[in-house]
Amino acid sequence: MTEQRTLPGAAGLVGSRLPREAARRHARGGGRFVDDIAFARLAHVAFVRSPYAHARITGIETAAARALPGVLAVVTGEDLKPLCHPWVGVLNHFPGLKSAPQYPLAIDAARWNGEPVVAVVAESRALAEDGADLVEVSYEPLPPVLDLDAAQAPGAPVVHPDLEDNLAFALELDTGGVEAVFAEAALVVEDEFRFGRHTALTLEPRSLVADFDPALRQLTVHHATQTPFQMQDVYARHLGLEEADVRVVAPDVGGSFGMKLHVYGEEMATCALSVLLGRPVKFVADRLESFQTDIHARDHRVRARMAVSEEGEILAMDVVDETGIGPYSVYPRTSAVEGNQAIRLMGGPYRMPAYRGRLKVVFQNKTPMCQYRAVGHPVACAVTEGLVDKAAARLGLDPLEMRRRNVVTQDMYPHRSPTGYMFERLSHEECAARIEQMMGYARLRDEQAELRARGIHRGIGFATFIEITNPGPAFYGVGGARISAQDGCVMKMEPSGQIRVDVSVTEQGQGTETIMAQIAATHLGVPLSDVRVYTGDTRSSPYGGATWASRGAGVGGPTVMKTAQALRDNILDVAATILQARPEELALRDGCIVDAAGSVRMDLAELGRIAYFRPDTLPADYHPELTVARHYVPQGYPFAFTNGIQASHLEVDTETGLVRLLDHWVVEDCGTVINPLLVDEQVRGGVVQGLGAALFEEVLYNSEGALTTATMADYLAPMAGEMPDIHVGHVVTPTLTSPLGAKGVGEAGTAAAPAAVMNAINDALSPFGAELRQMPFTPERILAALGKI
Amino acid sequence: MDSLFPLTLRLNGQQVRHEVTQRTTLAEFLRQTAGLTATHIGCEHGVCGACTVMVDGRIVRGCLMFALQAEGAEVTTLEGLAQDAAMQALQKRFHEHNALQCGFCTSGMLITARALLEDNPRPSRDQVREHLSGNYCRCTGYQAIVEATLGAAGDIEEGAA
Amino acid sequence: MKAAPFDYVRVESLEELFSLMGAIGDDALILAGGQSLVPAMAMRMARPRLLLDVNHIPGLSGVTLGDSALHIGALTRYHELAASPEIARHAPLIAAAVPLIAHEAIRSRGTLGGNIAHADPASEMPAVLLALDATIHAESGQGGRTIPACDFFLGTYETALAPGEIVRSVSIPRPQRAERSAIDEVVRRAGDYAMAGAAIRLVAEAGRVAEARIALFGVADRALRCAPAEEALRGAEIAALPIEEAVAALRDALEPLADLHAGAATKRHLAGVVTGRLLAGLQEEHENG
Repeated sequence: MTEQRTLPGAAGLVGSRLPREAARRHARGGGRFVDDIAFARLAHVAFVRSPYAHARITGIETAAARALPGVLAVVTGEDLKPLCHPWVGVLNHFPGLKSAPQYPLAIDAARWNGEPVVAVVAESRALAEDGADLVEVSYEPLPPVLDLDAAQAPGAPVVHPDLEDNLAFALELDTGGVEAVFAEAALVVEDEFRFGRHTALTLEPRSLVADFDPALRQLTVHHATQTPFQMQDVYARHLGLEEADVRVVAPDVGGSFGMKLHVYGEEMATCALSVLLGRPVKFVADRLESFQTDIHARDHRVRARMAVSEEGEILAMDVVDETGIGPYSVYPRTSAVEGNQAIRLMGGPYRMPAYRGRLKVVFQNKTPMCQYRAVGHPVACAVTEGLVDKAAARLGLDPLEMRRRNVVTQDMYPHRSPTGYMFERLSHEECAARIEQMMGYARLRDEQAELRARGIHRGIGFATFIEITNPGPAFYGVGGARISAQDGCVMKMEPSGQIRVDVSVTEQGQGTETIMAQIAATHLGVPLSDVRVYTGDTRSSPYGGATWASRGAGVGGPTVMKTAQALRDNILDVAATILQARPEELALRDGCIVDAAGSVRMDLAELGRIAYFRPDTLPADYHPELTVARHYVPQGYPFAFTNGIQASHLEVDTETGLVRLLDHWVVEDCGTVINPLLVDEQVRGGVVQGLGAALFEEVLYNSEGALTTATMADYLAPMAGEMPDIHVGHVVTPTLTSPLGAKGVGEAGTAAAPAAVMNAINDALSPFGAELRQMPFTPERILAALGKI
Repeated sequence: MDSLFPLTLRLNGQQVRHEVTQRTTLAEFLRQTAGLTATHIGCEHGVCGACTVMVDGRIVRGCLMFALQAEGAEVTTLEGLAQDAAMQALQKRFHEHNALQCGFCTSGMLITARALLEDNPRPSRDQVREHLSGNYCRCTGYQAIVEATLGAAGDIEEGAA
Repeated sequence: MKAAPFDYVRVESLEELFSLMGAIGDDALILAGGQSLVPAMAMRMARPRLLLDVNHIPGLSGVTLGDSALHIGALTRYHELAASPEIARHAPLIAAAVPLIAHEAIRSRGTLGGNIAHADPASEMPAVLLALDATIHAESGQGGRTIPACDFFLGTYETALAPGEIVRSVSIPRPQRAERSAIDEVVRRAGDYAMAGAAIRLVAEAGRVAEARIALFGVADRALRCAPAEEALRGAEIAALPIEEAVAALRDALEPLADLHAGAATKRHLAGVVTGRLLAGLQEEHENG
């Protein structure tokens, strides 16, 4: 059994399947996204972009564009230099990581197809595009660096001549003794795995309106961002403004998935243009711009081997991961994180004593690559789980049994992985037992055998996973990034007795606001309907890290919990003063002050009336404190790992190479489940992005480095018709590092779904001896593996 | 600078007159001129489905029509369906099932689901998935949307009985 | 992604249309359903100076049954094709093709005439018209002419229409003998452009194939018939079609063009799979009466 802890006060609303009020609002068309907000004197920007992957800029002719009626300004990179300091995407905790200064608009050279070169501001976006058409940029094409091997070859053209070569970062982890283990192991399995380039494809594109007040030199940015405080800091420092004079407001954000927290040239240019013009300027990326300039992700080639004993015990892994990150390490989080996590997460669920991981991160002339949902996880998971299945097959072991023999067991926690990760307490055995029962594993295997005899090829694939959530300061802060690892909450009881919560974690649809309201209501003792939560405005929210890396619930939650407990104590103190009782004799229940006998003594509206409007009736020198602020820093472990297992059931049409997903199961352990309704759909959404990675999604370039998947008809994302039902189960191991016991859940689905599908496809194709290791598993790749083409 | 041209149509049940440029799409007109921002623009090339609205009783992509093409037409957006019983049933179920996260696809998804239930009041699970397969949702796993649509179908049938 | 500036005219009659086309020439484009043209304009790949909206010209839409043929107006929309009882009865291949085309919201606007004038090689309708031996009625200010479907599609986005000419209607011969038809395609997601697809029509006489038409799409620069595969079927018993021979002949003859998601070998293979499966389905249908 999973250890269960009784959490004081955690009863009530925490754990309830509560729908979101925001969902009611959106379902009535009441969303308010950046592009929905009206501004007077709004100007619009469009960008002239490099048609080349790599080219020297030899001249820019702007006269015709400037002369076009409706065009307000035509601005080059050189023009913006005095307004915006360049940035370099390196951090101290990735020693050796290098990158080049990046400007809002390319100066001297363009380094990827789609890099912005000239900004055209006009009275409408259409006119700005007309102006952009009239700008003539002369280029001298340079040889593009595209392929991972070509980038590293001696004498290869370099993306940044000042950096000497294309190796941005290298890292080696080694427990020692790996070669000896491999030399003596009963079984060694190895393979090369390839992961396509992805993009986040948020349905709302990147959007912002920068609104500069020249009189006060104050900048307000209405920005579809996950991280308002990080962007406030970036805008202030790079535009030379006071931090206090920059306000970033995130209204409704239409999906983010890690993509809307990086620094992009267009955003910096838009702010600089507002400073330049003294009027609001809007940039809403169109879909082509999104494909060209939203960060990309993955793009790994991993060569890996696993040493296994005769009994199926995993002895060691040896991994070389090479990944291309485009021409810059992205600011301010860097593009070393994905590879770093990929090689550190390898073998994570298992008792593997020896490990060597080598990482090479290389520059290319493609769209910059950086953190997107489940950073590094799907890579590590697919490599590990692919080799586990391969070893199991060689040993004649059932894949689930192979995993049971190797997972870190309950008696081993806290456990340190050979890559240095610390696991407080995970539940691999329970999750495996649960999924076996949920999916009716034995019956599915029988059915598979029976259908196989009739020429129907179904496969079952598992993927055990661990997931990084609740990151602390070790993630970015120690490296020098000004990205808050703590969060803050300000909570106020209003005269009506209702509660206003301002919290630094942000909402992009995950349900942050609902979860915070549940926690506040639970720990205060008020009805949920009396709690309002506000997020996303640097002017009114307390300072904090916001929502990324699955930290919203896990870090924001305890912040709100602490604040609610403090406000409750203050309310009871006021009540005790009014009622001439002792605070410890009173409690707050369902919005009313009750005494030890449970009798209602007063409601919060009455308390508010007295505290705010008739404090003269209270003792002299008594000052009711009905607003409190608290902050919370995740402590004890650098991250709160979650774990789980996924299973995919699918059918491969061996003639067409098409894969039909029949069912998908997830059993995960995110600790205390605050709201199962939201957690389940969060998991499903993550799974679907992982299924996209497995079957559909791949950014493609031609041999010149031009992006060829530039429309939504070419970059294939998963749709309702091809997605299976996804069955979600939970094992609950609350983390003791947080008073709330909750960990994150945003990465889990995406982390393991591709591996489960890969293993299921290879299971289905095992009678043919076909094996696939390159994602996505397209019909063409499947047919090639089957020898049909 | 683009000239403005008059446009008269029935918009959400009201006869209205506006002025638009010739290259303004129907979706842009709805959002920018008529102020109806429930309709979202996600791709501008007809693939994502976020701008799905009704023109003369059928669902269309608002980004694949120029506004002037709607001269004399009956155009309905999510805002215009506030009192529509089928839409209310869908909205209630979308809320209950958490059939949306960020909400950007939701208007198009709801209007598409309503069109399905109008043609086929008792769709199968697969029919719902197939009918909604022209509308992207990047946040949910689609499953809650499917279940909400099936749930609304049941509610509408019960309400009608 | 905003269209370059243009002038928009809602055209009220064919006379007005031809006169405007004559005056403006290549800089004028016809807006029918707009489901391919409007995105092309948004991406500024199409930049007409004048956009001629033909959606309100009377007489260009609808399905009528003639003595020897079914006539379909160029402006007839996909959803109307799907709902037409005449089409269901006399050209069921068209009805079967409509659900494969994109999604419902696109089918609300897209038109048959617009589709074939656009001549996308991955589109279903050109292959359907080849399989059905359709004729296309073109019209210009100088009058009309008919073009057999087999002479109409010349290449990617290229047709036999002369400058100033439009598609007015399409005629499908009414079946004189027993015939069966079917269409299918390989797509990764419902509604996507086909990686390979086939539309097949078999005309039967005394239980044997009197005429076979196999039209492929998504494999070349246009929809095309595969004569060697058709030849392999001719005269065969419908209850025992030489499917393997037909597929082998098709694969031998086909020289596919790769696209972003499938190479030539994949397309050749898939065209064979789709054709083989469709033939097997038709044979089974025949056996089941």
